[in-house]
Order: sequence, then structure tokens, then C-alpha cells
Amino acid sequence: MNAAVQARPAVARGKAGARAARWIAYAIVAIGALFMLAPFWFMVVFATHSRSEIFNLPPPLWFGSDLAANFKLLTERIPFWRNLGWSVYVALMSTALTLLFCSMAGYAFALMEFRFKKALFGLVMATMLLPQFMNMIPMFMIMDSLGWIDQQRALYVPGAASAFGIFLMRQFAASAVPRELVEAARMDGCGEFSIYWRIVLPLMKPALGTLALVAFIASWNNFINPLIVMRSLPNYTLPLALRSLQSTLNTEWGALMCGSAIATIPLVVLFAIASRQLIAGLTAGAVK
Amino acid sequence: MRLPAFLRLSPRWAPYVFISPFLVLFGVFGVYPLCFSLYLAFQSWEPTGGLKAMEYVGLANFSFALQDEWFWKALRNTLWLAVASGVPQHLVEIPLAAFIHTSFKRLRDGVIAVYFLPYITSTVAIAIMFNSLFSTDYGMINAALGALFGMAHVDWLTSAAHIKPAIAFIVFWRYVGFNTVLYLAAMQTIPGDLYEAATLDGAGRWRQFLHITLPSIKPMIFFGVTLSVIGGLQLFEEPFILTGGKGGPQQAAMTSAVYLFREAFDFNDFGGASAMSWLLFAVVALLTWITHLALRVRKGAA
Repeated sequence: MNAAVQARPAVARGKAGARAARWIAYAIVAIGALFMLAPFWFMVVFATHSRSEIFNLPPPLWFGSDLAANFKLLTERIPFWRNLGWSVYVALMSTALTLLFCSMAGYAFALMEFRFKKALFGLVMATMLLPQFMNMIPMFMIMDSLGWIDQQRALYVPGAASAFGIFLMRQFAASAVPRELVEAARMDGCGEFSIYWRIVLPLMKPALGTLALVAFIASWNNFINPLIVMRSLPNYTLPLALRSLQSTLNTEWGALMCGSAIATIPLVVLFAIASRQLIAGLTAGAVK
Repeated sequence: MRLPAFLRLSPRWAPYVFISPFLVLFGVFGVYPLCFSLYLAFQSWEPTGGLKAMEYVGLANFSFALQDEWFWKALRNTLWLAVASGVPQHLVEIPLAAFIHTSFKRLRDGVIAVYFLPYITSTVAIAIMFNSLFSTDYGMINAALGALFGMAHVDWLTSAAHIKPAIAFIVFWRYVGFNTVLYLAAMQTIPGDLYEAATLDGAGRWRQFLHITLPSIKPMIFFGVTLSVIGGLQLFEEPFILTGGKGGPQQAAMTSAVYLFREAFDFNDFGGASAMSWLLFAVVALLTWITHLALRVRKGAA
């Protein structure tokens, strides 16, 4: 990892030294990569071992034979399929609403003129700076007064017009949707909503894909909002349900690892398919 | 399909209709609750008593928080964790990004993906993994340290002295990839002929890194460290899950956000928790403002 530090004496020693230093740097990057992956490895390995096998010294390094037993235990302790179903449902609803609301707002901010546009966009950006903890208590209060406590809509509605999503959509619409095209359609008598639906949205497909990935993952991993508003285990999303397993005294580590691994699989699959797009999307707010 | 005239959006109103979901959601779930929390900061209130049980107490919530030993302890924990998890990691990320930038071609995306993977994993899964890896007697980390260096077992998660470094490590592990990508993006904007000219002049890689790469990404370093520290000030999920929502041995891992949550949902003091959230917000805003100023001064000087 400290490639540059390794390379320092190499300059003095010439080419052979430089090559050696380079290989050392490669080795350090590779060891670092193992280091990043090791916890995932142990999660999957522990998912196949019983509690007593995990509490061995040294701990198991290779797969065991208790995967089915662990999974059975998991489904006995929590309503696993329901929790998984809620996670999928909330993530899909959240993604759909985010795509709709953010693309609408992003299009308006990028290509339309209206009063208070600058101030309103400033407001959007300002909401990104608000620390998450400011929202914890107000979120509970508002959900309580709306009667949304323990309801899934409390998880996917509030964040659906996310500042990050609007920002991403605006940036993309500004560069990918030609103003002339929108105006020509308007001249031809195309309605405003048709312009958005038939002309703008198709042009924004790549950015919509990125935003969909980001929104899905954010919802899938969301812990803090369910923690605040969800009350009963059958209504929990997966992360919250898994944590409830952990708080009992005799934590069933095998079952817990099994559940964590299952919760991680969809993310790894998405990531394997679209890692470039996903990384670009997730770092977009910080890079620009 | 043509809509009847009265249903067709007029170009004048269309933009407002398009941003209305944002306005409505932001109003209902952003502005209104935030105002309410400011109001609540001056009230004494337990939610079980209903809205009528609210009582105006002036600045009592604030003065209570400022005299509360746990409030200060949580703030110290938070600052410690924000600095310890936010600053040293950049010493790893900058050289890592520089090396990936100059020496990886075909494997580049794969390497970045591996380092980025923890960032997209759920905090709950991460906390569960590390809860087991950091376990004192049967944890992989102690087993590895013992095997490699003959170290005695460290009680990572059960002693006040060790839980903070353990959490800082997890945060480091989680964000390495994210920050490395930021640095890579900054390095991509450095013109390649700078390096070519330096190579012609006989400058080695180390000197190129020192005299071209580092100065070029200076603004990014400042921005990246700021982002990490400000993110660290909001640390909640990792310590919360790792300590079962309590804050760890002798509250050693109780960050301000965790304490805030406990004050409201464990101790039912919503007024006090609201006051704390505004105090904490003031700290974060102040630090953000100072770094912003420092950034401006630096830009002006350069």
C-alpha cells in the first residue's frame, strides 16, 4: 500500500531495484485486497459452521457442513422470508419513487426557467449538508403524528426526492438533453408531461440506471430509519431483523452469519454487474 | 394520446409541478420536523404523555446538556473517533491511489472494485462480521495477531481502552475504497505530459509523486480529510450496532449521535435530545465553516 515509500531507495539503485520495488508494491496492493475481502470470506465460511465450531481455536478457515442447519435456525428465530420480502418491497418502491421524483425535478432544474429556481436549487443542495442525526427525533415525531409508525411507507416515502438524486439528474439532463429538442417538441404542440415522459426520460436512461442502483442499495442497507420507525419483528426489513438476533444473550453466530451473507449477496451481484457505474454514482456527489 | 385542454400542463406551471414532489416531501419530512425539533428543544416532553404533556422550560434542556457528564464524554468520543478514523486513512489512500493510477491497466477496475466493496455492504452485516472477528477468545483477529507476532489476546470490544481503536479500524476498512476513488478521480485530471516531461528530466517515480502528484491533488486532500472528519462526527451505525445500542464498556464507544438516540428512545427525554442535536449541529456547522474558511484562504494564497 505504501508503494511510494517502497519506491524511494529504488531510484538510487537503478532499474533492477525499481522493478523489485514495483513488485513489492504490487504485493502490498494484493495483500491489501485480501485484507478487504477476508471479512466477507469469514462471513461465508462461518455461515456453514455451527456455533460451537465457530468458537474454536483456531477458528475455521474452510467451509463446514451446517449451512442448512444454520438457515433453518435463522428461519425459526426470525420471520426471515417476510423480512426479506419487506426489504425487497421497500427497496423497489424507494427506487421507483426516487427515479420518478428526482428525474422530474432534475429536468425542471436543468432545462426550465422559473422564478426562485436558483434559491430552490440552493435549498436542494443545502439539504445534503444536514447531518443525519438532526433527523432522528423529528423523523420519529412526524411518523408518529402521521400514524406511519411500523408502516413500510415510512421507509420509502421521505427520502424519495433525495437531494443527491436531484443533483445527479440535473447534471446529466443539462448535458444530455438538448434544449432545442425540448423547444421543438413544445412548438409542435407536445404537452409538457409528454415532453418529459417521451423525450427527456429516454435520453436520461444511463443516469437513471446509476440512480436506480444507488437508491436500491441505500434502501437495502438502510438501518437508521427502520430502527426509528419500525416496531414489530414481522414488519422489520432484513438489517433490523438480523440485528435483533444479535441482541439476545446466546447469539447464534452461524445463523447470524448465514443471514448476513444472504443480505449481502444481492449487493455483490449488483456490484459485479455494474461496479464502474455504481462507483461513479456513489462518488458523484463528492467528486464534482 | 392528447389530453383535454384543462388537463394539459401549461409551460408556465410545468416546472413547479415537476419539482412539487420535492417541495412537498421536503416540507413535510424536512422543514416541518426540523422546526418542530427546534421548538421541542425548549420543552420538557415525554412522548407517552401525549402532545398536551409538553411544558415550556426555556433553556433548561441546553443547560442540562452542557452540565451532563455523558454529553461531554460522548462529544470527546466522537471527536476522537472522527480524527482517528478520518485522518490516518488518507496516508494509505493517497499512495494507493497513486500506485493504482500509474501501474494498473487491465486489473484497474477489478482492484478498485475489491477495495470499494465494503462501502456498499450493509453496516449491520459489517458490524456482525467484525463482532465475531474482534471477539477476544475466539476471534480471527486475535488468533492472527497471536500467530504472527505472539501477541496476547486483546479484549477489543469489551474494554474501554480498546473499543475505540477497533471501531476506528472498521471505519477505515469501510472507507478506504471510497476515498481512493476520490483521489483517483483527482489524479486523472493531472495532465500526462507533466509526468512525461519529468521522466525525460530523469525524475524517478518517487520524485514525480512528491513534486507532481501531491501538489496537484492538494485541494482534494483537504476536501477528502474534511469530508472524512465531518462524516466521522456523525458516526452512529457502527458503534451503535457493535455495542448493542448501549455505547460499549463505560460508554467508551458512545458517540454523540448514539447518545442522542438513547436520550430520546431509551430515556424518553425528547426535549433534551432535541437540544443536544442542535448543540451537536452547531459543532458540526462550526467545524465545516472553519474548514471552508481555511480552504478559501489556501485558494487565495495559491
